[in-house]
Amino acid sequence: MSMIDDKIPDALPRRRFDWEFFSCMPLAARIGLGIILLNVVMVFMAIFGLTPYGETEIFRDLGNWAPPSAEHWLGSDQIGRDMLSRIIYGAATTIGIALSATLLSFTMGILMGFTAAVMGGLADNVLSRIVDALMAIPTLILALVVISVLGTEIYILVLVIAVLDSTRVFRLSRAIAMDVAVMEFVEAARLRGEGLWWIMRREILPNTIMPLIAEFGLRFSFAFLFIAALSFLGLGVQPPHADWGGMVRENSQVISYGIAAPLYPAAAIALLTIGVNLVVDYILARQNRSAAAAFEEQEL
Amino acid sequence: MLNLLLRRLALGVMTLWVVSVIIFAGTEILPGDVATAILGQTATPENTAAIRAQLGLNEPPHERYISWLGGFLQGDLGMSLTSRRPVADQIGFRLENTLLLAAVAAMIAVPLAICLGLVAAIRQGTVFDRGISVSTLLAISLPEFFIGYILIFFVAVHLGWLPSMSNVNARMDLWDKLPLLILPALTLTLVSVAHMMRMTRAAVISVMNSPYIEMAELKGIRNWRIVVQHALPNVLSPIINIVILNLAYLVVGVVVVEVVFTYPGMGQYMVDSVSKRDVPVVQACGLIFATVYVGLNMTADILSILANPRLRHPK
Amino acid sequence: MSDLLLEMKKLRVEARGADGATNAIVNNLDLRLERGEVLGLIGESGAGKSTIGLAAMAYARTGCRIAGGQVIFDGTDLMQEDEETLREMRGVRAAYIAQSAAASFNPAKRLNQQVCEVAIRHGVMSEEDAVARAIELYGKLHLPEPRTIGRRYPHQVSGGQLQRVMSAMAMTCGPDLLVLDEPTTALDVTTQIEVLATVRELIRQNNNAALYITHDLAVVAQIADRIMVLRYGELVEEGPTTKILNDPDEAYTRELVSARKAVVKPRVQIVLPEHPVIAIRDVTASYDGKVDVLKKVDVVIGKGETVAIVGESGSGKSTLARVVTGLLPPHEGHVEFNGKPLSRALKQRSKDDLRRIQMIYQMPDVAMNPRQSVAEIIGRPLTFYFGLTGQKRDQRVLELLGQIDMDPVFAERLPGQLSGGQKQRVCIARALAAEPDIIICDEVTSALDQVVAAGILKLLDRLQKETDIAYMFITHDLGIVKNIAERTVVMYQGDVVEQGSTLDIFTPPQKQDYTRKLIASVPEMRTDWLDEVLRERGDLFEIDARGRT
Repeated sequence: MSMIDDKIPDALPRRRFDWEFFSCMPLAARIGLGIILLNVVMVFMAIFGLTPYGETEIFRDLGNWAPPSAEHWLGSDQIGRDMLSRIIYGAATTIGIALSATLLSFTMGILMGFTAAVMGGLADNVLSRIVDALMAIPTLILALVVISVLGTEIYILVLVIAVLDSTRVFRLSRAIAMDVAVMEFVEAARLRGEGLWWIMRREILPNTIMPLIAEFGLRFSFAFLFIAALSFLGLGVQPPHADWGGMVRENSQVISYGIAAPLYPAAAIALLTIGVNLVVDYILARQNRSAAAAFEEQEL
Repeated sequence: MLNLLLRRLALGVMTLWVVSVIIFAGTEILPGDVATAILGQTATPENTAAIRAQLGLNEPPHERYISWLGGFLQGDLGMSLTSRRPVADQIGFRLENTLLLAAVAAMIAVPLAICLGLVAAIRQGTVFDRGISVSTLLAISLPEFFIGYILIFFVAVHLGWLPSMSNVNARMDLWDKLPLLILPALTLTLVSVAHMMRMTRAAVISVMNSPYIEMAELKGIRNWRIVVQHALPNVLSPIINIVILNLAYLVVGVVVVEVVFTYPGMGQYMVDSVSKRDVPVVQACGLIFATVYVGLNMTADILSILANPRLRHPK
Repeated sequence: MSDLLLEMKKLRVEARGADGATNAIVNNLDLRLERGEVLGLIGESGAGKSTIGLAAMAYARTGCRIAGGQVIFDGTDLMQEDEETLREMRGVRAAYIAQSAAASFNPAKRLNQQVCEVAIRHGVMSEEDAVARAIELYGKLHLPEPRTIGRRYPHQVSGGQLQRVMSAMAMTCGPDLLVLDEPTTALDVTTQIEVLATVRELIRQNNNAALYITHDLAVVAQIADRIMVLRYGELVEEGPTTKILNDPDEAYTRELVSARKAVVKPRVQIVLPEHPVIAIRDVTASYDGKVDVLKKVDVVIGKGETVAIVGESGSGKSTLARVVTGLLPPHEGHVEFNGKPLSRALKQRSKDDLRRIQMIYQMPDVAMNPRQSVAEIIGRPLTFYFGLTGQKRDQRVLELLGQIDMDPVFAERLPGQLSGGQKQRVCIARALAAEPDIIICDEVTSALDQVVAAGILKLLDRLQKETDIAYMFITHDLGIVKNIAERTVVMYQGDVVEQGSTLDIFTPPQKQDYTRKLIASVPEMRTDWLDEVLRERGDLFEIDARGRT
């Protein structure tokens, strides 16, 4: 070794898991994480039936749109069902649909995106052109067109949202993978003779995890808002299933009489999206900061 | 550069054509039968056959596509299945309403967003900047109907300042319509300002961090002059882009807002028609929305080509 | 005292890190600069030299802060002045010339607008006078078409020209002090000499004082009266240029000087190998099928031999590496490996062929997967080519670490926890793990500081002696070629201009004009080199006047 070698960074113990991610969280991100956990709890309450009342249980003596009370914390809905219980059941439906759509769209999007990035050439061209064409039409409009023919079965909704959403996942994962694929360690793997699958799984994926997690959050909140909007328009989940968008719609006419009923499910939707976005914002900020720090080190 | 512009234009036309194919295919080739979809529970073999004949579904798809597109180009948007009247007659008034609403919203949102974005960028890192970035994050997370109902609940019902329904009709003139437009326009504004502002802020900051701004500072140029003469020419094209992309977003965001305020625009018409399975109306509305969207995107690209000094002054 | 222009006393500049903690980039620095004097600030990356240059104008980059000390410019302490006074001073009395001209010019404005802006905005000249002054300076800086070049946009002129326009911009108001921050580093050597010569001429004519910041001792030797050697934000040594070059006091300075002079290989006469490992036969290749980036290139490399491929940017030297590795199939000609023709494309090559040709890259940062440990990086070729696993593999990884002079504790580290030099060593070990016949070294020392680079070259040489590997050594840095390669191939715009033993190529008179110009442009570690070259080569600027792009 040369007599005077260059500066060696401090040796850190190797970390497989990044605890700093949680320990350095600012308040906003902690609140976001709390909101997400709350929603997870609600989903499990709905799955195991741990709600105050049943999903379709009607309380005739309570009447429609009863105000909040000790027994019914959020009052009743348009046909006298317990609002809180409906919201908890709605969590399972709405989040369930959004989550399955996101998972599906992610699997499709990442597979296509990575393939396009690594293979390039014809495969990339064909996939990119198809995605361009689909993205030229506003998502909501295209979804409406398709739903007008296919109807509003839940599996169709999941499929439609997943396919439309996978175009954005495709774009992003392709771009991220391209950034990584031009790096010389990928070229080194290629020169070594490694196969496509190994390169995608071992060289590219580990270096794209964080941006992909952030994107997963964004895609989820998009799918979630989307299914809520469809249900709100009466084109999503159909009654009597509890679902947040649909509940806003069903209770919407009383807003003119100053009754807040539709605001509860709407607030539930807003709250979860805010929670997810707060956490995503933190992940993105972390990346930018580390990128900015790396840049500054070079400049000085 | 002319070459590049023409290519972009050609691409736009190509895209429109592909879009028309997708919309047509989406309604006619997907594995749902339009005729049974329309009739639903009441479908019998006889009336299904009748509907098929009426819609011309017995002809091959490519012929139907050509006659559909041909009609569309001549302003014939087909017949509505539910009202049995030409779609074109019904859509005119609604299209006007939708564009009016989007325009009012844009007139409030665009100047507001750019000003806030500029201030946040110049005061980067201050309390104002952080406050803005948190509140825009919240605003992005809120669904349009939530904002809409909140506004109705407080402004229309509790304060009683404005009507909660925006049911305009053809006999009203602009001044009669305006009070009805305020709440829906405000809803759209709140949703789109957040996006536009964030993007403006990011664009300005990236330009202000570039070495040529540092160079101007080292040349002893005054701060306001650096912003106006060095930053602005470079930031103009991203901002124009951001504005146009958000206009495209407004045109689509209008769908939900129209339903919230029962505003008789194209969005509400399209949603109604989807639930009634009125396929010709859905196709027509879909294609019009998509055309506006594609057109705005193309305009954004063309303007950014025009604004690029490297392309304007080739070597 | 009358001649003192700039004085820094106990200067301290701090940067705020990502975690909010501050650390000093420049600490406790004293500096004196007299009128008409050129002071060279030299150091490797992280030495804080750019920060000092900016501090001379009382400026600190975003995230940095001048935390203490005095900056006394012409008798006034700038630290005590308000922003308006500083603004009045900047551009008029002190001017800055940055490393990247391409980034430092506003892409949306014409050159004249930017050059004349200083004089006009400070009220020094009218617009007409400023334009006239700019045209005069363009002429003095040997720019082509001085009357009209200012009407162009930055992207319409070449990098070397833009650098000179920036010099003109700094000169318009006739500043007392010039700060030059690596003004030639981003340029090719033949362009560098042009810029260097014109800038020096201008400084001498105007009798400016200048701070010349660079990492290249040979460059600064041509222009500076006095040199300050910096490291980690502190002064190592200060003295007259000849003293620093010939008789430095400090060990670090000696290493800096000797890194350039280090002779690794004896200069011996070499003949063409009879049974080459690699024979590139008449290769023509292009990326788009239209423009040939390589034109009928013919090069052979023998066993245990080092052949340097040299050339400036655009010469096609890296493309040649891509052809040999199979990343870019040539459309004419072929590559022979140990006497047998190789498949053109990567995918058709056998695993054994792939193993025998290895590659080391310029940027060790991106050449290793940041998520894999050193042991995984070095171990993968062992598993992939030789099927080694478990203990056998770990054993071999440790052996390889030993070969590159690295401690076994590094096996568990991630690339982010290594220094630049160590990263490059790990890349070498990865190539070595495949037990190759030839390693292609693509600018392997360009991203490293000189002292570290010298260590890498010594290591490569030792490994060659131990294992008899051949090196195809691609570089733009002719300074190191003499010391490592037996034979040299000179490339220019896709053609092999000249090839032969390194001794022949470097010994004047060279057969080809281009080779002569290229070699004459390599700065040498003595103060009279530039004068000598300019005296001998009066024709140097002719190429430039035609406008290189």
